[in-house]
Amino acid sequence: MLKNEDSKPNHWLTAALLMPTTMWFMFMLILPLIVILIFSFGERAAVGGYAASFTFEQYANLPSRLKAFQNTMIFATIGTLLSLFMAYPLAYYLALRVDRRYKFILLVLVIVPFWTSLLIRTYAWIFILGGRGIPLMLEWIGIEGVRLVNTPGAVLIGIVYGYLPLMVFPIFVSLEKIDKNLLEASNDLGGTPFKTFMQITLPLSMLGVATGCMLVFILLMGEFLIPAFLGGGKVFFIGNALVDLFLQSRNWPFGSAVSVTLVVIMLITVSLYMRLTMRTKTGRDESLM
Amino acid sequence: MSKIYKENKPITSEKLMNEFHRYQKGSITRRHFLRVTGLGAAMTVLGTAMPSLLPRKAHAFGNLGNRLVFATWPNYHNQVNLDEFTKMTGVHLQMNAFGSNEEMLAKLQAGGTGWDVIVPTNYTITNYVNLGLIQPLDLSRLPNYDGSANDPMFAGPATVNGTVYCVPKNWGTTGFIINTKKIKSSPKSWKDFFDVTMGAGSGHTIVHDYQLTTIGAALCALGYSFNSIDPNELAEVEALLIKSKPHLFAITSDYQPGMRSGDAWMSICWNGDATQLKNDLPEMDYVIATDGGEIWTDFYAIPTGAPHLDAAYVFINYLQDPYIQAREASVHGYAPTDSRAIALQPDSLGSDPILHPAAELLNGLEFGAAQTMTDPVRAEVIARFKSA
Repeated sequence: MLKNEDSKPNHWLTAALLMPTTMWFMFMLILPLIVILIFSFGERAAVGGYAASFTFEQYANLPSRLKAFQNTMIFATIGTLLSLFMAYPLAYYLALRVDRRYKFILLVLVIVPFWTSLLIRTYAWIFILGGRGIPLMLEWIGIEGVRLVNTPGAVLIGIVYGYLPLMVFPIFVSLEKIDKNLLEASNDLGGTPFKTFMQITLPLSMLGVATGCMLVFILLMGEFLIPAFLGGGKVFFIGNALVDLFLQSRNWPFGSAVSVTLVVIMLITVSLYMRLTMRTKTGRDESLM
Repeated sequence: MSKIYKENKPITSEKLMNEFHRYQKGSITRRHFLRVTGLGAAMTVLGTAMPSLLPRKAHAFGNLGNRLVFATWPNYHNQVNLDEFTKMTGVHLQMNAFGSNEEMLAKLQAGGTGWDVIVPTNYTITNYVNLGLIQPLDLSRLPNYDGSANDPMFAGPATVNGTVYCVPKNWGTTGFIINTKKIKSSPKSWKDFFDVTMGAGSGHTIVHDYQLTTIGAALCALGYSFNSIDPNELAEVEALLIKSKPHLFAITSDYQPGMRSGDAWMSICWNGDATQLKNDLPEMDYVIATDGGEIWTDFYAIPTGAPHLDAAYVFINYLQDPYIQAREASVHGYAPTDSRAIALQPDSLGSDPILHPAAELLNGLEFGAAQTMTDPVRAEVIARFKSA
């Protein structure tokens, strides 16, 4: 009796609470995706834009952007791995080693760069890596002819710089949740620090690693700012191709076809990730996503 | 009006500009500036012709609202002028700077820009009119604009089918800039430009992220028209561009940082940027290519459905004032189309070969054509070049 009374209003309450999110997703995600899908079968209008049609021409033209897709996959993978190797020691230090008193301030420092727009911070790197920046300092110590800006290396520097905090936080959270008694137990039972790390710390932080990697990888797949600024337009991501197709050539149908392809690649990657994390969880009921 | 002005001219134009810069830097007050330059006295005479100079309260302009959004190009305005406009009218300016006309068109086509004033280039105007993206101008609301003071060669594209849609801003050329400390061979043509790019200057050349100028330059280098939309010629252009790509420093329309840092030695360049660069770095040299290139005029236009129409008219009228135009040019380094404004420029600018090149140098140059903007092959060639 009491239970029934409870569940009835709850039913309505649930619907009411879910309504804003549902509407948001309907109008801001599902509907635009449908529009993109329809556009991708259309034709470029004479002066640019979209003209209704039903053709697979746009999808047939996809190979012309193969290099951009390849670049994106390669740079997103390398960028994610570099961020991971840079972020893990930092997260480990913050979660397990640092004095409690400083933990908060150090965490804040990791977020501080987010207070300024990525655009401005990336623009600053043009000058740091440019001829009057680091290369000039290298000249002072006798290393000449170093070129940094507008190279693939510069793009990777920009990526690691921009995305590091996104990698640090999930790993930090997963490391911080580890029961310290487990580490002590391992130590008491004669495990070397290395063995403890490999058998306890690392497996227990895998969820954070996977989440961080996924966050960085997915965002990198859509990145266009860093390659445009630090690659000088010569390192070309699929995001740059999209900017080009919508903002310069005004070829909306082809841009839509490229977008749909990108969404499909993302969906495959995310479902692979889901499977991976399901396996990693091994019965533990805590997920970060 | 320019005649009255000249008769009253109390100081040399050189000195005027000096006072100008002092005023801009804030070393002297507006009142002092107007007094020493004699503009204060002149204004009582010219008050009706140059109303924007008169210090009026905001209500004198009626209710203009407090905001105006305008789309323009980078390094193209004098902040002093913009600040003064806000001070006089209470209208705050929100400026969007763009890298290409195509980008501006893309935003207008997508709709909902909220722009009140745009700065389109000659070759876009018939496209904008045909697409219904800009509205006819009511010249009675622009008393500072004097059609007879503008050379029809530059102002011509503003009129489409007998209706005036824009008023001219500045004109200029698209050539290339070289750092003469690094490039000794003194390239003269677009052919030389690409030869140096793939030779002695490898790794240090910038081309624009802009189909009009980059494809145009390659077309000229191959001996074709800057405006060609012939698919065969454009296929040759694509081959040339892709061949030169490994030798480029960058593909970007924001080439000043690269030229200033010394990383880039040569770049496709608009003449105003050349003036700005040369002012700071004397080793810079601007070249109008002997095998062709672009000559252009930029205009002020009001997009259809501009949300702050009254403010847009007052703003354009303000910027048409010859004195304001001269003050704009003192910063951005492009020549005004308006002879009244040219008369106000100091002699050093009036005879500057970058701003006012010899007439025979302009002979080989072409104005962009309307179909050059919308041609799908050109659009795809630049996109493939960039993604190659």
